[in-house]
Order: sequence, then C-alpha cells, then structure tokens
Amino acid sequence: MIGIEHYLVVSSILFVMGVLGIFLNRKNVIIILMAVELILLAVNINLVAFSAFLGDLTGQIFAMFVLTVAASEAAIGLAILVIYFRGRGTIAVDDVNRMKG
Amino acid sequence: MDLNTSLFLVRSEAILSFSALALLLLAAWRAEAGRLVSILSVAVLVAAGAYAGHFLFAGTQSLAFSGLYSNDAFANFSKILIYFAAAMSLIIAPPFLEKAAAMRAEYPVLIVLSCVGMGLMVSAADLITLYIGLELLSLSSYVLASFARTDGRSAEAGLKYFVLGALASGILLFGASLIYGFAGSTSFAAISTALDGDISLGLTFGIVFILSGLAFKMSAAPFHMWTPDVYEGAPTPVTGYFASAPKVAATVLMIRVVTEAFGTQVMVWQQIVIVVALMSIIIGAVGAIGQQNLKRLLAYSSINNVGFILIGLAAGTEQGIAAMLVYLVIYVAMTLGSFIVLLQLKGRDGDYKESLGDIAGLSKTRPALAATFAIFMFSLAGIPPLFGFWGKLVVFDAAVAAGLFPLAVIGIAASVIGAFYYLKVVKVMYFDDAVDIIAETDDKTLVWTGGLMALVNSPVGYFSIPVLGLLSAQAAKALF
Repeated sequence: MIGIEHYLVVSSILFVMGVLGIFLNRKNVIIILMAVELILLAVNINLVAFSAFLGDLTGQIFAMFVLTVAASEAAIGLAILVIYFRGRGTIAVDDVNRMKG
Repeated sequence: MDLNTSLFLVRSEAILSFSALALLLLAAWRAEAGRLVSILSVAVLVAAGAYAGHFLFAGTQSLAFSGLYSNDAFANFSKILIYFAAAMSLIIAPPFLEKAAAMRAEYPVLIVLSCVGMGLMVSAADLITLYIGLELLSLSSYVLASFARTDGRSAEAGLKYFVLGALASGILLFGASLIYGFAGSTSFAAISTALDGDISLGLTFGIVFILSGLAFKMSAAPFHMWTPDVYEGAPTPVTGYFASAPKVAATVLMIRVVTEAFGTQVMVWQQIVIVVALMSIIIGAVGAIGQQNLKRLLAYSSINNVGFILIGLAAGTEQGIAAMLVYLVIYVAMTLGSFIVLLQLKGRDGDYKESLGDIAGLSKTRPALAATFAIFMFSLAGIPPLFGFWGKLVVFDAAVAAGLFPLAVIGIAASVIGAFYYLKVVKVMYFDDAVDIIAETDDKTLVWTGGLMALVNSPVGYFSIPVLGLLSAQAAKALF
C-alpha cells in the first residue's frame, strides 16, 4: 500500500535534487532551468498527494496555479538567457561573473 | 459575500490590471510611445492609490472572494506607499533609459503589472494569493532587471536574479505545500488555528521554508547574496524601484504572514526574525565598507535597513508593527532620493557615473547636488535632526518596550558601524580634491523630485509625524 509518506519522500528527494542541481552544476544555465522545474514539480507532487489525502480540492487548484506560473517562469528564463547569450556568446555558468560576488 | 462586493473591494488591483492590458495594446501599436505610456501609467497608479486611500479613510476591513483577499487598513496603507514609489520610479526613469536606448513602452507596463502583484501580496489572506502576487512581482522584476538589453551587466543581473529568485520561490512554495498538508488549509485564519499548541515537524519546516523565501524577497541576510550584483547590474531607475516598492511589499507580506498565519507560534518565528534582523544589520554595515560602486553601496545599505525594519517585527507587538510602517515610509523617501541623486551623476562625456571616485569634491563643482546627497546619507545613517533618525528611534523604542534589550543594544552598536560608510561618502564629496567630471543636470524633473525627497528627509519631515503616526497605528491595529 502506497501511503502519503511515500509521496512525501519522493517529493523531498526531487526537491533536494533540484536545489543541488542549481548549486552543484557548473556547466550550463539550461540545466539550472531544468532544476527549477524539478523543484516546482516536487511541490506539485506534494500538493496533489496532500489534496488526495485530505480529501480537499484546494491542493489541486494550487497545483494548477503552480503549473501556470512554472510555464511563464520558463518562458521568461529562456528570454533572459537569449539576451544574455546575444551579449556574451556563451551560457556557461562559470562565465556569469562580470560583477564580483 | 457575493461577487459584486468582492469586485468592489479589489478595485485597486482591477484598475491596475485592466489598464496594464490596455497600455500593453497601446505599446504593441506604438512601440516608440514610451513617454506617453509612462504618463498614463502614473495616472493609473494615482487612480489606484486614490481607491486605496478611499478604503483607508472609510475604515474598510473585510475579506473578498471567500477569504482569499483581505482589504484592510494595513493593506491600503502599504498600497499607497507602494504605488507612490512605483510612480516615482516611472517619473525619474526617462532620461536614463533614453540614454540606454531602453525607453520602450514595456517599462511602464511591467511596473504597473508588478504593482498588481504587490497589491495582491499585501492583501493576501491565503497561501495561493500570496504565491500568485509574489510571482507576478518576481516575473516582472526579472524582466525589468535585464531591461537594458544592450548592456551586458543588465542581462547578467537579470539572469542572476532569475535563477536565485526562482530558487527562493521554489523554497517558499515547498513550505506552502507542507503547511497546506499539515494544517489542512491554505487560508491564513485556518492555518493560525491549526498551528495552535504543539506542532509537528512538518509544520515547523513549512514555517522555516516560507520565512526563508520571504527573507530572500526582502533581501535580508543570510539570503542577501543576490542584492549587490542585481542592484549594480540593473539600470539605475530599476534599481531605485527594486530598493523601494518591492521591498515594502515583501516586508509587509512578511508581517502579514507571521501575525495572521503564524500568530499562534510566536516562539518559532520570533527567534528566526531576531537572527535575520541582526545578521542583516551587521552584514549590511560591514559589507558596505569596502564598496567603490555607489549602487553596490546602496544595496548593502538596503540590506542594513531591512535589518532595522525587522527589529520592529521581532518585537511582535502592535507598536512594533506601526513602527515598521513608519520606518518603511521614511526608508522609501531616503532610498528613492539617493537613487535620484545617482541619476543626476551624468558625466561630461554623457555616461552615467556610479563610482565613489567620480563624486570626489562634488561640493565644489555641484554644491546643491552634493548637499542633497549629504542629506540622504546623514538621514540613512540615522543622524538627528534628519528624518531618518525618527524611523530608527520608533523601531528601537518598540523593541525596548517589548523587553528586547540585547537586540536593541546590538542594533544601535551596529548602526554606528553603518554610519561609517555613509559618512565616508560625505567625506569624499566635501573634503577630497575635486575631479570635476559631473555635468550640470539638464533634466528639471530629477532636480525637483530630488529636492522633494530631500525636503521630506530634512527636519521638515517631523511635521508629518502626527498624521504618519495616526495612520500607521490604524494600519497596525487592523492586524490584531
């Protein structure tokens, strides 16, 4: 029997993978965008699992909103990446350092 | 609660969102109409602010859309401040953006859209409203940060802001999902009831994640690392905007979340807020010392100020929250004023100057501008008789009244460290040899708005205390 805790474990693993993907990845900004999507999907699994567990629809409505926002976030992220690439000719993470910090 | 009443209560956001769509059509039709759309956007913001003011004076306090949205004095007070800061950043922007070939009609539209988001944030009474408002603000901000498309630094600022902002949203959202699961509801009132008494580990994690996400948005330490880079890289009017309106919205949202949703778990969030406040004050003060770029310096100054504002929240009392609102009003005037001065630092070669060395001896070549900047620096340092002193006084007063003596003592000691770099700017302007590379300001709008902000920060500002005190007390009362 698959219970709520299994879903929570899966979503926590996905969430941690997403966060690590942002911090450990030294190659390419596209991978960071994928990691952000992973975080949002982990949240969606959480919301839908809780929604089913509680018998309450709010979580699924919330998940719909998250999906919509994730789509617009990906669009804006790619748009910024395009103007960045036009200016610099590269999207390697190690090169994002013209300002210190 | 029928739909008509709800629609009546969200008039501020309704007028902003419909106007944003109409202005976007105008922008698509006439791409070069940047100035016209700017003027119309300011008019729209004034109209939305008038509605908020109407609700504020009518003493409206009710929930709309079955408890998703709260229209109360606290929200309306913050909205007036936010719309004011947004309108100011529209008024001061054209000269800089035209120089950067970025005075396109999308700029005012994005500002108006982010104001819709901020309005939803300060009125949030539910985690879903909170998230939608926050994302509407964040997504507009990412685009605004990279608005000067031809400037490599602007694109890099946008990219950094986007990556770290998306991470913060994700963390906040994960916290929201945990809170929903363990409390069984997304509404602040229901969460507050569910949090009463001993709470499970899941709820504690949820609270910590949500507070981390919000601390990121208000650039409080230890989630401040994006601030200096984004502030340096974004176009100066946009930086002025980031430092004022979104910071007010994030702070107000933080107040609302901890008092309304987590109000029954004061012990859990109070420790977090105290640590965040102290770290922000100290990191903001120490980090600014070595900075040569004025925008980076103001970024650390904003981190420092967020720390002082959070001291009022750490007190957790009605008095503390009223003090935070007073501090926010004064902070917006100080910060916008400083950025208006930066916008007047245009060199004889036509480029905008932003390094500390460029303003050496400014008092000899541009005495009025140097005096204005000195007023803002002294005010930010909290030196009486300037108005910035009053903001610090009220938050420390609230902390002492709540019995947080150690916090107040450390805060005051750190504000002395902070005074060092503000005074250094004044020293460079008044006592160093003049480099004389700053041209006369040809734009009268900047001179007038800068003068107005200087007037607010001068001792004249103290005349506003009766009104400000009354309104902020009324706003804070709406939360308890």
